[in-house]
Amino acid sequence: MRIAVLTDIHANREAFEAVLADVAAHGADRIALLGDIVGYGADPGWCCDKAAELVAAGAICVRGNHDNAASGASEAMSTLARKALDWTRDRLGEAQVDFLAGLPLTADVEGALFVHASANRPEEWSYVTSDTKATPSFRATTARLILCGHVHVPLLASCDLGGMVREQAFRTGLPIPLLPSRRWLAVAGSVGQPRDGVAQAGWALVDTGTAELTFRRTPYDVAAAARKVRAAGLPEELAVRLLVGR
Amino acid sequence: MMQIRPHEGLQIDGFTLGEKLHTGGFATIWAVTHPDHDLPMVMKVPTILDGYDGPTIVGFEVEQMIMPRLSGPHVPKVIATGGFDVMPYIVTEMIDGGSFLPVFQKAPLPLSDVIEIAARMVAAVADLHRQHVIHLDLKPENFLQRKTGEMVMVDFGLSRHDQLPDLLAEEFTIPMGTYPYIAPEQYLRCRDDPRSDLFALGAMLYALATGRNPWGTPETLRGVRKRLWRDPEPPRAIRPEIPEWLQEIILRALSVDPMRRYQTAAQMAFDLSNPQQVTLTARALKLKRDGWLQVFDRWRVMRKIRRFAAPASVAAQVASVPIIVVAVDLSPQGERLAEVLLRAVKRMLILEPDARIACVNVIKTARIGIDQGTDDQGNNLHVLRLVQLKAWAEGIDLPDHRLTYTVLEGPDPGQAIIDYATANEVDHIMMGARGHSTTRRYLGSVSAQVVAEAHCSVTVIRLPEGRAVEPRPALAETEAAAV
Repeated sequence: MRIAVLTDIHANREAFEAVLADVAAHGADRIALLGDIVGYGADPGWCCDKAAELVAAGAICVRGNHDNAASGASEAMSTLARKALDWTRDRLGEAQVDFLAGLPLTADVEGALFVHASANRPEEWSYVTSDTKATPSFRATTARLILCGHVHVPLLASCDLGGMVREQAFRTGLPIPLLPSRRWLAVAGSVGQPRDGVAQAGWALVDTGTAELTFRRTPYDVAAAARKVRAAGLPEELAVRLLVGR
Repeated sequence: MMQIRPHEGLQIDGFTLGEKLHTGGFATIWAVTHPDHDLPMVMKVPTILDGYDGPTIVGFEVEQMIMPRLSGPHVPKVIATGGFDVMPYIVTEMIDGGSFLPVFQKAPLPLSDVIEIAARMVAAVADLHRQHVIHLDLKPENFLQRKTGEMVMVDFGLSRHDQLPDLLAEEFTIPMGTYPYIAPEQYLRCRDDPRSDLFALGAMLYALATGRNPWGTPETLRGVRKRLWRDPEPPRAIRPEIPEWLQEIILRALSVDPMRRYQTAAQMAFDLSNPQQVTLTARALKLKRDGWLQVFDRWRVMRKIRRFAAPASVAAQVASVPIIVVAVDLSPQGERLAEVLLRAVKRMLILEPDARIACVNVIKTARIGIDQGTDDQGNNLHVLRLVQLKAWAEGIDLPDHRLTYTVLEGPDPGQAIIDYATANEVDHIMMGARGHSTTRRYLGSVSAQVVAEAHCSVTVIRLPEGRAVEPRPALAETEAAAV
């Protein structure tokens, strides 16, 4: 089975649409959304509806911290995120809020674990930014593959037979063999607000048949997304972020 | 973790283990059969010590990751792999010609054998590098031969795939490799330079030609380190009948700084199959090792060195020094076209400043019977063409060792160019195409044939439309034998 892993869409319709078209072109069997569908971007309603439509069609979807906050829970957040969330809340209908609030924190499909942030205590939203930070996730589950988001920067780590967790270098666009002798964790980047300096939507394609994972980037109309952020009166930093990918 | 140990008669995933063929330091090799697979096969099983045996496990993981991604005649075909949960293994086809080690133990070999074996080894390595893999542990034991002659490399436990994670990178703190053949940069723990394999090839070639290793058989890392400043005995000092050009190739491959070696295996293969084109430098003539003062100077620099300039990537390294064949039409009708082709070559050298240019001209010979190539007149024609080819290339500003001239002969000029390009691992062919004459349409054009059948990129140069010099058809096709 080929699973397209999309995370941190952050209400960026242009990026979401571009990635969905790219996913269709690559022929994925299933889509997984790893949370943070809303927050920061100018199209929370559309992205919520699209996510709900995908879930109705069989997509895996878990809840992110922004989804949690947008649906009423109190979350500790940066001022920037807080401003964007206040704006977002006013634009979500009841059904959309209910959809976000009803999402599970984790999902388990074909031996893979899907979660927004660190797999140990998912509700604490810890950032997986290094092999050290990935270690607790491996300890918390026996899943062969852990897929997460939250960081907005792609990362790959493996846990070998001796329990040693190491970050692994990879090349975007090239399939990485997920050796069966190890367990693997991948942060799938971010569709709607990449922060690794590449202003293209990031996602990952997992092939459970060949046991390969490919980090992908999809170009999208960044200028249009940034223009909408400005037009909506959201903080200027959020528009600039999209343009530079940081 | 591994649950069972291999033994004769063991059945696993449909494979039945037969005789144990080899016991190595880290693995055992077994003959195996499987009802679904007809060919002779071997199974490699790592010997994992009780408890956690890190180095062996990671080495085997690397093999399991890289080997299934390789293809072609120079690697064993992978049939199946098994996980660590029951018993880790890799099943591959059995290579019928056996190990290369016994051949090696007979060194020094007759020079014709040395050259022929070296060419086959280098071709195998070039093929591996094209597939983004650096072997990093080339030694005689790791070369097998097919009955059809191709060399097959085995044991990819220390290898590096340019596009995959390097599981070994941070795993160990000591340099990995086999001491007599390990390159200086590998000693400095660099694992991403394809030129390390060329160094190992140089060391093996040295041993085949002289009967000894360039730096003996060091048993400690300290002994390995010496090669950073100490030059080996020149091969011709050990065996005077070694030609200067072969010493040039061996010592160039053994240069300490990777920048001073051959930059790709294909370049080394080119020199081995075109000895008359090898440019001799001082090292070709060297008959004794450098004096102590020179060695001392090198020691002062090298003892502090941490690393050499690394290439961008295997792919970039292989692609940055392409071999470009330029097929030149030297007939009077092709004169204008040859000028345009020359301009195109010069432009290409701006884009590919490190390229090697091989200028080629074809003498078309009769299909049947003795032709002009064998009599005096024919020989004169050959020399004449060579002189013309050099005159044509005068405007190309390249050092001698990167500009070569070859006159080919054959009844089918297109095929001659294609064969030459294939044999020399050529990356790119540039050639002219004459105008669209009626006869050409019926007889087929040389350039169209090359474009259709060559294994590499082909650039076809045409005269700008409207100014084409239409060749007199009959003469052009039958007598003007050039491309």
